[in-house]
Amino acid sequence: MQAFLDIFDIYLLEAVINGILLGGVLALLALGLNLIFGVIDVTWICYAELVMIGMYGMYFMVQYYGLSYFVAAPLTILLVAVLGAALHYLVIAPLLTAPPINQLLATGGVLFVLQSFATVAFGIDFRNLGIRLPVLAFGDMNFSYARLLSFLAALIGMVAVYLFMTRTFTGTAIRAISQDRQIMALMGVDTRRIYLITSALGGALAGLAACLLVLQYDVHPFVGLSFGPITFLICVLGGLGNFIGGFIAAFVFAEIISLGGLFSDLEWGYVLAFAFFIVMMFIRPAGLLARRR
Amino acid sequence: MLELRGVNAGYGTFQALFDVGLDVKAGEAVGVIGPNGAGKTTLMRVISGLIRPSRGSIRMEGVDLVATPSHKIVSLGIAHVPENRRLFPQLTVDDNLKMGAFMKEARGRYIERLEVVFELFPRLKERRHQMAGTMSGGEQQMCAIGRAMMSNPKLLLLDEPSAGLAPVVVQQVFELVKRIRASGLTVLIVEQNVQQVLKVVDRAYLIEAGTIRASGTSAEMLASDTVKEAYLGV
Repeated sequence: MQAFLDIFDIYLLEAVINGILLGGVLALLALGLNLIFGVIDVTWICYAELVMIGMYGMYFMVQYYGLSYFVAAPLTILLVAVLGAALHYLVIAPLLTAPPINQLLATGGVLFVLQSFATVAFGIDFRNLGIRLPVLAFGDMNFSYARLLSFLAALIGMVAVYLFMTRTFTGTAIRAISQDRQIMALMGVDTRRIYLITSALGGALAGLAACLLVLQYDVHPFVGLSFGPITFLICVLGGLGNFIGGFIAAFVFAEIISLGGLFSDLEWGYVLAFAFFIVMMFIRPAGLLARRR
Repeated sequence: MLELRGVNAGYGTFQALFDVGLDVKAGEAVGVIGPNGAGKTTLMRVISGLIRPSRGSIRMEGVDLVATPSHKIVSLGIAHVPENRRLFPQLTVDDNLKMGAFMKEARGRYIERLEVVFELFPRLKERRHQMAGTMSGGEQQMCAIGRAMMSNPKLLLLDEPSAGLAPVVVQQVFELVKRIRASGLTVLIVEQNVQQVLKVVDRAYLIEAGTIRASGTSAEMLASDTVKEAYLGV
């Protein structure tokens, strides 16, 4: 094993693996956003702020009410799922037939409302769970348990969504509705109900992401800014609404960030990733997996 | 079974149907013929609830369809095969059929209905894992009819099933309609292919500019001067 590891630069391998671990969580974030866009044809600009609220939920449940992490996590997922459904019911549903720019502005407004709400309610302090997970040493490589756990949970979450979407009647309807929403009534499908379920599912994914991110990052009202924009870039790079494209793009981005960070500072990894995005937008403006016209 | 009285309907300010009255009795096959833009498709859509009438009443076995939410109408036993088939092109044949059995009443009998549909269309069974959009026009029409049959309907609405198909395939589609009839299903079919459709239906309505102009048995329609001149080219 050691001989095998010696062939590679150990730090390179570590960076590649860390990239994969990061990619899992980014893919989970992208999936939620893609689901909403692909099915309802609406972009939740405030998606990362739902995650932020979820992270606060985790913080308060664990630190304030003393719940264990594994009790707080399902409650948080449920909380953000309800929040997602409420966002649809209160903001999106009345604007479904409005021009896309109005929908964008409305969810953009929700972003500021949530940020301001968090600032007023929770203050601008950085808070964390106070859980410090150990670091796993493997040869000369170090991996944080938090990242490994997040990666696995993200993967399980995505597999669960995949099974739901392919095996159940409701999941099949969610896929069908994005292809022809007018005839759904002929199938006996109440589109409003499917939209609500989809929104709750998108919220649940944001909630799961919150449970995982809170292990690695401190919570503050503007934490959404540190992963919101990158989630959007991933979705656009993969082709908005394209689940598989988003999945691949998440790992491409994560590797660029991780490897770029290896050769320089982590911040340069982000610079490189954004530069890559800009170049790709010239080459493949409709996303990585778009068909050539 | 189905009863329309004084139905007006349209899109926005454009009115497509004027005072339409129509009856379909259980076990019958009824055709609706007429030129392009006469309101045939609108008539189908107003029955299945895709558009709502601005006036008039529509009843299915006594139940008021106008007061029924559109997604509940299929539960009353009305399955609509829409114009241009409208399959979900990026879903497999299996998933398309699954959508046909979405409503609660049909889910429990999903496997059973799937067998009925596969028996009617063995071709669909061969293609069950194929994307619906990649099949030929005839196969897509089978899939669309199959999807409608999944809900175990009492009344099947067929909107231009022969449109856009090769002549040989058109023959097959009409053969199919005959077989579906023979299975005891009530059928309301809209067609431009007047000669063909009058061979498979018991009665027909002629619709022009949104109004019913004539109606009668197939034989009467075939003999009628209006129909002959305008649609049979005799």
